[in-house]
Amino acid sequence: MSEPSKPQGRKFQLPEHLKEYKGIWVIVEQERGSVHSVSWELVGEARKLADKLGVEVGAVVLGADSPELNAICGDAFTYGADVVYKVTDPVLADYRTDPYTRVMTDVVNTYKPEIVLLGATTLGRDLAGAIATTLATGLTADCTELDIYMDNRSLAATRPTFGGTLLCTIQTLAYRPQMATVRPRVMSMPDRDDSRTGRVVEVFPALREDDVITKVLSFIADREQNEAQLAFADIIVAAGKGLGKPENLKLVFDLAKVLGGEVGVTRPLVQAGWTGFDRQVGQTGKTVRPKLYIAAGISGAIQHRVGMEKSDLILAINTDPNAPIFDFAHLGLVGDALTILPALTDAFGKRLSVNRLAG
Amino acid sequence: MHIVVCIKQVPDSAQIRIHPVTNTIMRQGVPAIINPFDLFSLEEALRIKDKVGARVTVLTMGPPMAETSLRKALSLGADDAVLLTDRKFAGSDTLATSYALTSAIRKLSEEETVDLVFCGKQTVDGDTAQVGPGIATRLGFQQLTYITKIESIDQGAREIVVHRRSEGGVQVLKTALPCMITMLEGTNTIRFGKMDDMFRAARYGLKTWNKDTTGAEEMKVGLKGSPTVVSKVFVPKPRAQKATMVEVESPGAETPTAEAQAAAAVEAIFGTQPKLADELLARAAAGL
Repeated sequence: MSEPSKPQGRKFQLPEHLKEYKGIWVIVEQERGSVHSVSWELVGEARKLADKLGVEVGAVVLGADSPELNAICGDAFTYGADVVYKVTDPVLADYRTDPYTRVMTDVVNTYKPEIVLLGATTLGRDLAGAIATTLATGLTADCTELDIYMDNRSLAATRPTFGGTLLCTIQTLAYRPQMATVRPRVMSMPDRDDSRTGRVVEVFPALREDDVITKVLSFIADREQNEAQLAFADIIVAAGKGLGKPENLKLVFDLAKVLGGEVGVTRPLVQAGWTGFDRQVGQTGKTVRPKLYIAAGISGAIQHRVGMEKSDLILAINTDPNAPIFDFAHLGLVGDALTILPALTDAFGKRLSVNRLAG
Repeated sequence: MHIVVCIKQVPDSAQIRIHPVTNTIMRQGVPAIINPFDLFSLEEALRIKDKVGARVTVLTMGPPMAETSLRKALSLGADDAVLLTDRKFAGSDTLATSYALTSAIRKLSEEETVDLVFCGKQTVDGDTAQVGPGIATRLGFQQLTYITKIESIDQGAREIVVHRRSEGGVQVLKTALPCMITMLEGTNTIRFGKMDDMFRAARYGLKTWNKDTTGAEEMKVGLKGSPTVVSKVFVPKPRAQKATMVEVESPGAETPTAEAQAAAAVEAIFGTQPKLADELLARAAAGL
């Protein structure tokens, strides 16, 4: 891979030759035919930003040509894209950094979007870091808010830093494209509009498998692994240090079972070995936005808060009436989670089963 | 086999406080530690050294005080250490940082060809996860991020098989050296240093390099070499609305029972949140 082009010193004015960069792109993340929902969240967000700038939304779909891939292109329109760049090659069937980076670098250099967005996922962060280097442009990681500064039409990307204690807004002024990865589940899912269509631009990169050094030997899907699907859960019951000891996690699992939800935990519990990392909610764990989040024995440290404050309804249970969690929960109960959790399990159980019989 | 492990000295983010008036980070008294994510990668490099034999060089870019983190890595078993420090590097974003670190890795490679570069998944202060991929791209190394397991390394064939975490599962990848690897946290247990390594680390004459040592161009480092500009730093706004405390009927003045509290909470949800109530009922009916 060639050395990235040479930055021209610190300038804040956009050089003339970069003014032709137009439009907002989302790189759609698909793995084995299924799209990561952050891609559609971003198409919805890109639509809002593009409407401010008066430009088009482009969705880039990469993969091996298949009916599934065509369906994904159609979905991109229904969620708000104006144009879909359909990049197909058998070599792109599985995600690998090298071919994806080469292809994306070429496509960006050809079509010149002013903004390129990706989900802050294992794929998105791997790919964005590589592309931004080959394009020698600015990249802002794991953003939680995007906006446009209209005075210079630049992207203002806001992200938590220092473990969520501070937020900073970052801009890329004299380089194009402006790139950002965005945390999943932070932007809301756009509504589908099945009547929407748009232009398809087909790209055939003509790659050779022999040129790709990394080979995918196999793929072990999580469905076979039985891991917690926390990020997409509608109901989450979460436990913090207030539960005292690992055996008491059972109370949280019992309540989650009655509600048909998942169990989450704070970072200290993972560090103490109560559960695996896949249940951790927060800055270094998962960001969640369920319809109901019950926080049991959680004080509400900023690192946890940034992972769950977008929940529709937060019910907090804590013995300390001054716990920070009560500053941003919607409903609060001051009391001992160890006695309230089983009582809640009973109360919800009764309420839901009575209605089930009546229904 | 020559392995370079990039580490960063960071403030312990669990102990960071924000000045209430100036909204800046108060670093006084906050201990500096090796970025926790880097330790998983350092540990993996040391395991390769133990298993198949390798020379492990730790590299950090930072202020002179970052030397303490290098000595810590030496005490765990690293063979050599390089401190890349220069005022000209101040204000580097991820593009400029990966450029500077790459210039040092190239210099190390002149002495002994570098086969593997390990980086942390991300730092706990910047949280970007961008420097590792930046280094891999610049060096033209195969990029292997979020690795949960190194299954095998065949030095003769220069082949490596790894497990890589992806959103929907685990990719098993086979590739060729040289590679840049970032390990996922919790994938291995960090060792304690041996006594003789601790003594060696305290006395070790580590290398201190600057911009000119590695031949990094001034236009590509520090603020000049950074496309991104921090335009605003602020403290997250507290939500205007505090929690509504669930009203619990408690006859007399004694504290309400857990049952009464739970009943009141369920009532509050079903009474004031019709959409959520319907959702819960629908889920129960569907047997979710």
